[in-house]
Amino acid sequence: MTRPFDIRHYRGFFAVTCACLVILYAPLIIVMIYSFNDSASITNWGGVSLRWYVDVFTGPDSEKFKLAAWNSLSIAVMAATVSTTIATAAAIGMIRGGQFKGKSASFALISLPIMVPEIVTAVATLIFFSTIGFKLGTLSILVAHIVFCIPFAYLPISARLQGIEASFEEAAQDLYASRWATFRYVLMPIMGPGILSGFLLAFIISLDDFIITNFIKGAGVETLPTAIFGSVKQGIKPNIMALSTLLLMFSICLVTLSYFIGKRGEANPPPQT
Amino acid sequence: MAAGTGSGKTISATFSPVRHWLLMPSWLVIGFFLLIPVVLMLIYSFLTKEFRGGVIWDFSLAAYDQFIFDRGLFGDDPPRIEWAYISIFLRSIGQAMGATVLCLLIGFPTAYFIATRPAKTRAIWLFLVTIPYWVNLLIRTVSMKFLIRDNGPLNEAMLGLGLIDAPLQLINTNFAVQLGLFYSYLPFMVLPIYASVERYNFAFSEAAADLYAPKWTILRRIVLPIVKPGIIAGCILVFVPSLGAFLAPDLLGGAKTFMIGSLIEEQFKGNAGNWPFGAAASMILLSMVLIVLMFYARAQSRDQT
Repeated sequence: MTRPFDIRHYRGFFAVTCACLVILYAPLIIVMIYSFNDSASITNWGGVSLRWYVDVFTGPDSEKFKLAAWNSLSIAVMAATVSTTIATAAAIGMIRGGQFKGKSASFALISLPIMVPEIVTAVATLIFFSTIGFKLGTLSILVAHIVFCIPFAYLPISARLQGIEASFEEAAQDLYASRWATFRYVLMPIMGPGILSGFLLAFIISLDDFIITNFIKGAGVETLPTAIFGSVKQGIKPNIMALSTLLLMFSICLVTLSYFIGKRGEANPPPQT
Repeated sequence: MAAGTGSGKTISATFSPVRHWLLMPSWLVIGFFLLIPVVLMLIYSFLTKEFRGGVIWDFSLAAYDQFIFDRGLFGDDPPRIEWAYISIFLRSIGQAMGATVLCLLIGFPTAYFIATRPAKTRAIWLFLVTIPYWVNLLIRTVSMKFLIRDNGPLNEAMLGLGLIDAPLQLINTNFAVQLGLFYSYLPFMVLPIYASVERYNFAFSEAAADLYAPKWTILRRIVLPIVKPGIIAGCILVFVPSLGAFLAPDLLGGAKTFMIGSLIEEQFKGNAGNWPFGAAASMILLSMVLIVLMFYARAQSRDQT
C-alpha cells in the first residue's frame, strides 16, 4: 500500500538539524581557526602559525597555566576515583538491596547534587567551609568535586548493574566465595564498562567545573577553567584561544573514548543465564 | 537490544545484608558536604550581615526584606517596594523561558530527525549532538563571545555580505545572554526528546495517515502528545540551569542584563559582600527550582497511572 507521503519525514526537519549542528559547532570551530592566527590581534588574520601554542607552553603565562593544568588534572583524577568508588558501593546497595526503609530517601540524596543549581551548591559549600573553619584551597575543591561527581558516576554504573542477573553472585556464594571475592572476581568484571564510563563522566565533570571551584578555591589556587576565566575578564587573548582549543580537543578525545567503551559494552552485554 | 534488560531477578542475598554499609559513604559524603551546607545556608539567610563579608549571629529578616523593600539609606524611611531585585528575578525567569522556547523550536525537529534515521547513521548524528555537551561550558561561552563581539567574525561576515552597514552591537545585550543560554543548553533539549521519539511506535502515525489525516495534523495530534514526557523533561533540563546561569550573563551580558546567578556571585565575590542577602537569593532560587521539579514529579506520576 502506498501513501501520498512518507509519514516519518517532515520537510524542513533536516534543515533545522543542520542549523542546530552549525549553531553548536560554529563558535568552537571559529575559535579553533583563530588559535592558529599568527597576528597578535584577535581581529586581523596574519597567516597560519603555531605561535600561540608555543606561547601557552613557554610564554609569560605558561607557569600559571602549567600549575592550573596540574591542579585540574590531579583534582579530576582523585575526585573521579573517590566518587566512582562511592557510587559503585551505593549502586550495589541500591540495586541489590531489595526494598528497604529509606530507599527513596537514599536515591533523593544521591541525586541531590544534580538537582540543586550549581551556584546554590557553591554558596552553600562556601558558607559551610567558612563556618567550620576549613581552609579554602586544593582540598576544599577536591571535597566539593567528589560530592557533585557522585550522581554522574552513579547513573551509568547503576544502569549496567540493573542488566546483570543475580545468579552469578549466587553461584559464587554457593562455591563459598567471600562477599569481597564475589564482588572482586565476579560482579566487578561484568560491571566493568559501567564503572569505566562512570569514571570518565566524573572526570570530565570535575575537569569542566567552573562555578563551584570559583567560589571555594581560595586565594592563589587556580584550575584551568578559573585561570581561563580570570584571563578572559581582561579581554580574549590569542594564547587563551590556543589553550581553549587544547582543552577542547582533550574533552573530545575523552568523549570519543567513552563512546567506544559504551559501544564495547553494547557488544558485550551482561551474560544471560 | 538484549543488553540492559536481564530477565532474571536482580535482588541478591549476597549484598542485601550489607546494603546499609554500602550506602553509608554516599549518605555521609553528600549529607555532610551538601545537605548540611544547604541547611546552614538557610540559617545564614536569617542572620545579620557583617561588614565586608561574614555574618553576626543575630536573627534578622533583613535579607528578605531588602529584596522587596527599600527603606532608605539608614533603614528608617517608610518602606517602598524596591523593584531592582524583583526585576532581576523576573528577567531571569523571562530569559530562562525564552531559552527554553528557542531550544524547543530547534531541538524538537532535530531530535525527531535523528530518531527517524536508520540505526547506523543515528548513532553518528547523536554523537555529534552530544560532543558539545561535554565540552567545557566556559570555553563554549567564551567562543560565543569571540564570535559575536563588536568586530568579531559574525559582524565581519555580515558586513562583508552587505547585510548590515555598521557592526551590530550584540554583546552586553539581553539578546546576547539569550543566545548564550540557548547555545549552552541546546543539547539538554535534544537528548530526552530523542529518547521519547525513538520509543514512539510509528504504527500510530500510519493508522492516522490511512484515515486521511494530514501530515502536520499527525505530528500535532498524535506524535506530540505521545512524546510529551520527553519534551517536558527537555524543557526542565534547559529551564533549571538557565535560571541560575552565571557564565552566559556574566561573559555575554553587562550591568543591564543581570540575572540571579550574577546577583548571588556579587554578594560573595564583589564589593557588595552581603552574605545573608546572597544566601537569601540562593534560597529563593532553590525554592523556585524545587517547585518546578515538584510539578514535574507530579506530572510524571500522573502520566504513569
